[in-house]
Amino acid sequence: MMRSLKRVAPQLLTLVVLAALVSWFFPGFLRIELTDGRLVGPVIDILKRGAPVALLAVGMTLVVATGGIDLSVGTVMAITGAVAASALVSGWGVPVALVLAMGAGLAAGFWNGCLVSVLGIQPIVATLILMTAGRGIAQLITEGRILTFTDTGFGFLGSGSLMGIPVPTLLWVSTAVLVALLMRRTALGLLIEAVGVNRRASALAGVNARGLIIVVYMASGLCAALAGIIATADIRGADANNAGLWLELDAILAVVIGGNSLLGGRFSIAAAVLGAMIIQTINTGILLAGFPSEYNLVIKAVLVLAILMIQSPHLASEWALIRLQAERRRTVRGQEGTR
Amino acid sequence: MLLTIRSLTKSFPGTKALDGVNFDLVAGEVHALLGENGAGKSTLIKCLTGAYRRDAGEIRLDGRAISPGSTSEAQDLGIGTVYQEVNLLANLTVAQNLTFGREPRRFGLVDGRAQKRAAEEMLQGYGLNIDVGRDLGSYSVAIQQIIAIARAVEVSGKVLILDEPTASLDAAEVAMLFDVVRRLRDRGLGIVFVSHFLDQVFALCDRLTVLRNGQHVVTERTDGLDRLALIHHMLGRELEAVETQGHAEGAGVQKPEMLRFDGMGRAGVIEPFDLKVRRGEVIGFAGLLGSGRTESAELLFGLRRARTGSARDTDGPLTIDTPQAAIAAGFGFAPEDRKTEGIVADLSIRENIILALQARRGWARRLPRAEQDRLAAQYIESLDIRTSDAEKPIGELSGGNQQKVVLARWLAMNPRFLILDEPTRGIDVGAHAEILKLIGRLTEDGMSVLIISSELDELVVAADRIIVVRDRRHVRELTGADLTADTILAAIAADDSPDESSGKNPVAIAAADAPKTAKEVR
Repeated sequence: MMRSLKRVAPQLLTLVVLAALVSWFFPGFLRIELTDGRLVGPVIDILKRGAPVALLAVGMTLVVATGGIDLSVGTVMAITGAVAASALVSGWGVPVALVLAMGAGLAAGFWNGCLVSVLGIQPIVATLILMTAGRGIAQLITEGRILTFTDTGFGFLGSGSLMGIPVPTLLWVSTAVLVALLMRRTALGLLIEAVGVNRRASALAGVNARGLIIVVYMASGLCAALAGIIATADIRGADANNAGLWLELDAILAVVIGGNSLLGGRFSIAAAVLGAMIIQTINTGILLAGFPSEYNLVIKAVLVLAILMIQSPHLASEWALIRLQAERRRTVRGQEGTR
Repeated sequence: MLLTIRSLTKSFPGTKALDGVNFDLVAGEVHALLGENGAGKSTLIKCLTGAYRRDAGEIRLDGRAISPGSTSEAQDLGIGTVYQEVNLLANLTVAQNLTFGREPRRFGLVDGRAQKRAAEEMLQGYGLNIDVGRDLGSYSVAIQQIIAIARAVEVSGKVLILDEPTASLDAAEVAMLFDVVRRLRDRGLGIVFVSHFLDQVFALCDRLTVLRNGQHVVTERTDGLDRLALIHHMLGRELEAVETQGHAEGAGVQKPEMLRFDGMGRAGVIEPFDLKVRRGEVIGFAGLLGSGRTESAELLFGLRRARTGSARDTDGPLTIDTPQAAIAAGFGFAPEDRKTEGIVADLSIRENIILALQARRGWARRLPRAEQDRLAAQYIESLDIRTSDAEKPIGELSGGNQQKVVLARWLAMNPRFLILDEPTRGIDVGAHAEILKLIGRLTEDGMSVLIISSELDELVVAADRIIVVRDRRHVRELTGADLTADTILAAIAADDSPDESSGKNPVAIAAADAPKTAKEVR
């Protein structure tokens, strides 16, 4: 417990600093109120708006742990949203829409996983294929239109709340907890890490590396499907062109801010979803702080750069050196003082 | 003396790649650098060409101490290198390649005509009649190789290092290349020639130096040295320290047969072979690098799928087409290349030990943490793995301790047939003896072990039966009184191959194919 807390300490600290920073510009940032049985406030908003990226980050963490990357998740969101919306429009009901959407996500992941693990295509190229083609598939499903629906049951998944908490928040938190438990209570986490560090040695030790790699891409596809369902439910429509646009990059960023190495190996899902919340805090914070919108992307980039610099292992050794020197200087001065 | 290297030392975490190596190169000689994998040849060359920084020792060129920090610095000093894979740009013309970085200029622009002229001048004396205006890639590898040499000579001009230059050339091309090399030697260059082809070494080189386990073994003139003595130097016999336990005469015969492989083979990899494994027996595979000894083991373990043959145990036939199937059949395999195939560097000692066991149990049945800790503690104790604790990443251990962890991984599975490929490579003498003793203990408990090793004395000490592999064939089986390093050496070096009509020397062919053997990743 202490060890996992230590693992996510940098991300938690970053969140605290960001919260303080935003509060300075926007004093009401941390205020949470209960209106109409719902919790309302900027923090709740972040927890809700960050849901798609947090969900994508869960799957992306697993893919990255095997040394891979999944560029197609944003597109898969568009596909699964389109699938769900067209199922609803056709009047098949919410359960069927959910099953079809999640099935589409799993199928997309299976496709990616096979390209990577069976055909041996580099992950960035393999998933680029679906990233590019996927929006076309989504457009084919929606027939080029923005497919809207009125089903309030489905809309509940995007904008409803349960016990005052937004449903998207509940979804991403429970997904993250479930996946993290699955990884650490079973041996999946260890086997994925082993494959990520040294696939050949793992295969020689009898680990089914090929199967595991397909599974992580399918998990990523499923997470993308959940994110796509939330995004579609939120606006009660499927927009093949814009749903999940560029979110794969935010998801990768969340994984990296979470301190997971893109080279694969050790991973932390908790740190990755905290990374997603950091990104959302920056997005929301910039708006709340009242900067003109044209500054948003630049400020976001500067903040992300700062966060990554603090985590940089190269700088870490520099910091240690500087601290050591400072300490030495202090002790020298102290000794002179006593003399 | 053109180039003098004195007590060159270079360490990597866990291994000493070069340990006080001396090397001399005279102007006007071709000097072969020989040794098995991991002997330190490439480390020596990389220290010379500035790719690595040496830890200690001295390099003198023309009597002046040098310390190249990069390949370009080495080139400027006069040391040029040509690699097996031509490192020129195939999509540029020959002239552009030859003058790359030093193009003749006119009004600040490259002067194409002067460039061609310069290139043609550079190629004079190499016996090439080619159009320097054509793309380099349109010429054969041999011609590219010669162009690379011409460039290296032009840029550097004192020492020329040829790193396996003939590995992908045919006989006529080799002859052409050798003409060029001899001409350069006569011009007074010092040439270092690295190759696995022993007959080429004898044909071309004036002197040779053998390295083994990072140490200088011998430097001798090639005329007057026979092939047997050379192989002897390369494979080494340095186990004198370990007590030679006598083999119980005929003990192997009484042991019951446990496994049987019939006609296992795969075209281009290893010719079909039979292997019987008795309970509690140690079998040795001897042979030069690339002879097919590792490939045989990979077939047995399902790492490469056998195209022919079958496996069976006392209960019936076994299907072994993947490592998983082999593990399910009770096999274990500790590979030769510990770093890329054995250890999972970032994971802890504990996780490395339980990895195979966990893989066999399946992902859903996680080995309880208490059990993991118990296993780790047990093997750290029984194999004397030197570490502060079981949670340390295995990558931080020394080579010998890493090897013990890999062994522990398999021992935790309690296999009936354990394959160890070069189990003692690159580890210190103490750990070496311990691992051999461990093998003895295991077989007493009924485990059968297959050892592949370049160190003949190690095989003689450990094995009940030795199979000699040469030219991708299992050529001899030695037992009883024949189990001596000398008989093994004779069998490896023997020239009595039935396919002599092909005109090539089997030792050379076998050794030469090694670098090209692509390993399949599953």
